[in-house]
Amino acid sequence: MKALLIAFDPSELEPLARFGAALGAPFDVLLLTGSADDGYGASEMLLAGLATVPPADGLAKGIASVAEGYTHVAAAASMRSKDVMPRVAVLLDAGMVTDAIAVLDGKTFQRPIVAGSVIATVTVETERVALTVRTSAFDPATPTGSANKRSVALYCPTAVARTSAESQASGGRPDLTQAKVVVSGGRPLKDAGTFEKLIGGLADALGGGVGATRAAVDSGIAPNEAQVGQTGKIVAPELYIAAGVSGSTQHLAGMKDSKCIVAINTDGDAPIFEVADFGLVEDLYTAIPALMERLRP
Amino acid sequence: MKIMVPIKRVVDPYAKVKALPDGTGLDTGGAKFEINPFDEIALEEAVRKREADPSVQIVAVSIGSSSCEDQLRKALAMGADEAILIESDAEWDSPSVAAELAALAKELAPDLVLMGKQATDDDNNQAAQMLAALLDWPQATFASKLDLAGGRATVARETDTGEEVLEMALPCVVTTDLRLNEPRYIALPGIIKARSKPLAKRPPTTEPRLRTRTVRLDAPPTRPPGRKVGSVDELVSELKARGVVA
Repeated sequence: MKALLIAFDPSELEPLARFGAALGAPFDVLLLTGSADDGYGASEMLLAGLATVPPADGLAKGIASVAEGYTHVAAAASMRSKDVMPRVAVLLDAGMVTDAIAVLDGKTFQRPIVAGSVIATVTVETERVALTVRTSAFDPATPTGSANKRSVALYCPTAVARTSAESQASGGRPDLTQAKVVVSGGRPLKDAGTFEKLIGGLADALGGGVGATRAAVDSGIAPNEAQVGQTGKIVAPELYIAAGVSGSTQHLAGMKDSKCIVAINTDGDAPIFEVADFGLVEDLYTAIPALMERLRP
Repeated sequence: MKIMVPIKRVVDPYAKVKALPDGTGLDTGGAKFEINPFDEIALEEAVRKREADPSVQIVAVSIGSSSCEDQLRKALAMGADEAILIESDAEWDSPSVAAELAALAKELAPDLVLMGKQATDDDNNQAAQMLAALLDWPQATFASKLDLAGGRATVARETDTGEEVLEMALPCVVTTDLRLNEPRYIALPGIIKARSKPLAKRPPTTEPRLRTRTVRLDAPPTRPPGRKVGSVDELVSELKARGVVA
């Protein structure tokens, strides 16, 4: 067994190495953009040095072209990896596992299905395996110092033109899926200004990221990329604070593996309290300013 | 312009679904089956394109048992012009579905395959991208806006950090995200009209070749029960005791 782990940028190196360690096989890393020194246990770091991530049709061909000789090709679960990895799987004739959360052996993995209501154990029948991995489900990797590095030229022919790309200003906040603290809000936040002031304010006081329910996103209170849930982002921070969030199955699917969950809601019977370590039945309009006051560094 | 819309029959996404105690299957508690909600968004989008341009032709396709006819009838009621049921009681994984859809796409020669980004039962998010790879067509996943003009698709799509716009020549594969549209309520005349629309049944042209096999289904680990705290002060001291805040 030998794995090729696809890192879109250097921030994915440590999370991916967690999976490499769990697989228990030697692994190389293909770093698509940026550069880094520490490979977190990688035998070799292949540096593609791309300025931007190419569209999926081209990127899949580029990845497949350097995937010869590897039994496993894996990327951290994200929208960009889910865009490209199924195409890579076809090019390699590899069976594919989406959102792996556990490794039972080199061909057997666990993954959540039906909005996380069920954990499926899946075996891969093909010689090669493609995966996207929920890296937060695995133990942190330790730095191993400078890795062997080699440049690779990825040829990524695409029939797609990217005419614009916008990143919402995250206000210097950490990426949701990698933040140690996430503060999420729902519909009761009323409007975008209130959401930013209370949810954003508490997140800033804790150095955390901002999440939201689908309802908050749909009603324009919170930006799209803040949506946490089955069809949004999957997060598992050290601390998840849900304010004005009722706790639909779809939302819980995106956050119930958080280490410590705090729920603040005026409805003491809301389902969010069933997964919360600490529940506070109080109006978020009084509770959050009070929390900010006490938690501000 | 022909739009092919593959749809999947899934258990009601709002139903409580559990693993059977012996791990061999799912207990759906007698819940109803529906069109996968993301595929319904794809259908809605196709119907809107036809409303803007009457020359658009919509073919809804499903692979599965004869029960899938219910969902195809609903697709016809929403506005699809014709439906094809690839009838099979076998198990189909995403790459097998993609291979069968690719064979059908070669036959029907659609300008666009428009489908959900993922099915809410297996949450796989694979079939559309695999189909695009098999056909060597360009793709745009997670679409929040779709324009078709001059033989090209312009797609605004959601990304991890915001939004981007992709342009590509047809034919291509596009998958839908939640914010593309809100599917219409199906009125009675549509349901009656759907009965006279063509629904063809045929056997698959490919054999499903399972690349993955589900060997066990379990309940997710449960969290130890938490507790209610009486005040913000109590909450802060609990969080400090846990070491999750400074």
